[in-house]
Amino acid sequence: MLKKSGVFLLIAIMVIISACGSNKGNNAESSAPASSASPSESASPSPSESASESPSDSPSPSKEPVTIKFLTYTANGQEETLKAMVEAFQAKNPDVTVDYEVVPYADYDTKLTTLLASGSEPDIYEVGYENFRKYAAKDLLLDLSPIIAADTTFNPGIYKKLAYDAFNYNGKQMGVTESFSDVVLYYNKDLFDAKGVKYPDASWTWKEELEAAKKLTDPKAGVWGTYAPIQFYEFYKTITQNGGGVFDANGKPTLNSKANVDALQWMIDKASKYKVSPALNDDTFNQPDADLNAFVAGKIAMVRFGIWNFGRFKDAPFKWDIALEPGNTQKAHHFFADGLVASKNTKQSEAVWRFLKFFTSDPDSVSKRIAAGWSVPAVADDAVLDAYYKQTPPESKKIVIEALDSLVLPPVGPKPEKWGELQSAVTEQLDKAKLGRVSVQKALDSAQKSVEDLLSK
Amino acid sequence: MAAFVFLLPALLGLIAFQLLPMVSSIFISFSDWDLLSKWTQIHFIGWDNYAEVFNNEKSYTSIKNVFIFLVGYMPIITMLGIFFAVVLNRNIRGIKFYRAAVFVPVITSWVAVSIVWRWLLNGQSGMINYLLSLVGIQGPIWLQDDHWAMVAIIAVTIWKDIGFVSIILLAGLQDISEDYYEAANLDGASAWNKLWRITIPLLSPTLFFIITISLINSFQVFDQVLIMTNGGPAGATSTIVEQVYRNAFQFNKMGFAAAQSWVLFVIIFSVTMVMQWLQRRWVVYER
Repeated sequence: MLKKSGVFLLIAIMVIISACGSNKGNNAESSAPASSASPSESASPSPSESASESPSDSPSPSKEPVTIKFLTYTANGQEETLKAMVEAFQAKNPDVTVDYEVVPYADYDTKLTTLLASGSEPDIYEVGYENFRKYAAKDLLLDLSPIIAADTTFNPGIYKKLAYDAFNYNGKQMGVTESFSDVVLYYNKDLFDAKGVKYPDASWTWKEELEAAKKLTDPKAGVWGTYAPIQFYEFYKTITQNGGGVFDANGKPTLNSKANVDALQWMIDKASKYKVSPALNDDTFNQPDADLNAFVAGKIAMVRFGIWNFGRFKDAPFKWDIALEPGNTQKAHHFFADGLVASKNTKQSEAVWRFLKFFTSDPDSVSKRIAAGWSVPAVADDAVLDAYYKQTPPESKKIVIEALDSLVLPPVGPKPEKWGELQSAVTEQLDKAKLGRVSVQKALDSAQKSVEDLLSK
Repeated sequence: MAAFVFLLPALLGLIAFQLLPMVSSIFISFSDWDLLSKWTQIHFIGWDNYAEVFNNEKSYTSIKNVFIFLVGYMPIITMLGIFFAVVLNRNIRGIKFYRAAVFVPVITSWVAVSIVWRWLLNGQSGMINYLLSLVGIQGPIWLQDDHWAMVAIIAVTIWKDIGFVSIILLAGLQDISEDYYEAANLDGASAWNKLWRITIPLLSPTLFFIITISLINSFQVFDQVLIMTNGGPAGATSTIVEQVYRNAFQFNKMGFAAAQSWVLFVIIFSVTMVMQWLQRRWVVYER
């Protein structure tokens, strides 16, 4: 009896396994035509020619339908816009189906890394500048240079040069800029008016900022003059405003330079010495979005925020505007570029290139992006951006572009793959300085040593 | 043969999802795999990763932090566990409700617990510091202060685990026959003597189980740390598993992370062996 049922089970398992096997076989067969068609397509003499072909023509044999996969994080919250942009692309390129997936930023890196590790990464994915350097260094990205050279209809001049060049790795164009953002000084005009303080302008330095902040701070009303968090990103920008930097021109770490020590001291002094910023042990400001909420509540007069926050303050019950950030010896503004890259293993490089071009620069796609307030497309044509400038508040929207004259890129350094560890090592020391456990000099000496160790390996 | 066929589905799962990853992690721990390279591009680098586990400052700190956690966590959870077990062992009205209430944190997810406690422990607006202020104590900014963050993590972990520990101990208590206590009462034994000479020895098998399980769990502290402090501030709550996760999935150092997990395995294995050996000295088996 037992034996009989055992045999029966065995047969059942075998049936199931063979069923799975044949399923797989079917899948492989059905996907085979698509992949076998692609080599002939990419080998077609001039990709530009097929790209410029009007879609209404009767589909030629080389235009067999293909599907490209696309993974993105900035579309989180802009899914409808993304859908419209993809549909616009597919309408013009009926042979291409874009299979897109939106993953929230917090899970994006882990997801993408897992996909890359298993060799099942999408044809196109979105990366920030720091990760672009890392993936390019690991040789995971498709070098677009030959395709660009062959495409006579394409002119790199349509992009902002800085943003376009950010995706150039060792002379190879390995990605196309999609959008950029920067960080500027936001200020509450009503608070300035109430105290009769002049609005910040491009001539301001830390000295003017401090003087104004002293007048604007009102402990009784819980109003702070100025605020910037003490964390890694704020640190590398602030030291640049004082003429310092994480690395020197030769890629040697210079974390404990005099300029850096003074800049970090200034970041801490704003709270502990001059008391124009929330106290460093004020836990409220450690919570996510606390600074944004405090600005909306009219509790901060001047604060450094990314331009992606404009929408949040649309209905703020006071007048506000933006200005260039005050620097000390020079100006410096964060610059973040998001771009699209293609996997080195993609079999659809021609369709991929058509999508990259359309998505990042086609007026049809760019205008949708601007209308939805989904970051700033990195296109050079001011006429296209006009729609963006016209969206107010803030009134001084051109500051967003002016800030680019003094941009500072994330200090990825000579070993892009160590970026995560570098950031974590410096953050640990910033924490110690902020908690007052060690002097600023000592904290940065330790950070210097950690980073030196890290890069020597 | 028939038995093997019946076992096959379970065995396949075990092989695919447990044995295979474990065996490959041994190989990975001797390599420089960065998660992004293909299998063919991996280099084997001998014992370098293992040497790094003790030389790397962050990795070393994380091991040290786990022992700090143990020192704070183990004695308190054991004593509080016995206390709650004794209290819950009474036959009073609504005792089932109290037993269930103590157990509720155990079945709540760590993520939810951590997020709620992050609010409660907020230095300015948190409930804990408000209660402390009522008795005139100015509380610290718990999770953002490197001296207090680990204390907070230990306290929250005890709060969550106490239900499990006390329910298991309660079961152990109820297993002790009333006869011993009746005999002791006849002999006029004090409450203290009854505790030390009857309850603790007869509870020792259960205590042994609880201490071993708690030890193993303590070495694997992760969820609460990742959500409440993210290993900070200044690395004060960084633990071994947190470092394994960070190295593997954020710093792309899969080989190093695998070596760290194997060191963790050896630590847990040795501690368990020591516990087994100690068992002979203090655990009393009635039957």
